[in-house]
Amino acid sequence: MRLEYFQMIDRFVRVDAGERVARAVCTVPKESPVFEGHFPGYPLMPGVLLIECMAQTTGWLVSALTGFTGLPALAGVKEGKIRGAVFPGDELEFEGKVVHEGSGYAIGEAKGWRKGTPICDATLTYRIIPYPSPELRAGLWDWAERINFPAKEFAK
Amino acid sequence: MSTTFDKVAEIIAETCDIPRENIKPESHAINDLEIDSLDFLDIAFAIDKAFGIKLPLEQWTQEVNDGKATTDQYFVLKNLCERIDELIAAKGA
Repeated sequence: MRLEYFQMIDRFVRVDAGERVARAVCTVPKESPVFEGHFPGYPLMPGVLLIECMAQTTGWLVSALTGFTGLPALAGVKEGKIRGAVFPGDELEFEGKVVHEGSGYAIGEAKGWRKGTPICDATLTYRIIPYPSPELRAGLWDWAERINFPAKEFAK
Repeated sequence: MSTTFDKVAEIIAETCDIPRENIKPESHAINDLEIDSLDFLDIAFAIDKAFGIKLPLEQWTQEVNDGKATTDQYFVLKNLCERIDELIAAKGA
């Protein structure tokens, strides 16, 4: 997890296209410039970054289910809840489930846990937009490999 | 038994907080009801679920962008309901 680069996921531990579920894990870094401001002397994982963790976990799954034909851009967060404080060094697990694949959009439900305790959940809307450049799509394969996401199995 | 329009109007009223009496078959979702594209995604999701269909939004957008269709054909509510009825009929065929 590299907060300042928005690399939220360390690795996927489950990707099940049939069940439309993906699970990912990550460890909150012990140090990050983010914690210098949030908050001075009291490093606390910002809630918006937990939303981002859920969005990335579910977003990769949306990409896979749509064959990597477009970029899932987060367009809506409903019923977003931050249920507990997350601190440097915490080990987190996130699950994303795609509940509806529409035409040009998808709806997901996501949750996060720390050692089995729920820390966050939300319903997420994605607008699926054309890749702004071929380079971005091509770069996904290396990125996917780094986080153990079987992207090439899904690519159309 | 409620009509397709009744259901769609209920969905729009609930999703966008628009008074039900302001939603008419002749209303244009964008021009008259001022529903933006993000709210329309919520409406599309609710319609997809309620009717068990998949509104082909990408195809419609492409047709409008290519000048092959007008927004009236898809976003005036009575026309939208006709499209929904067609999709329901195609599903059952």
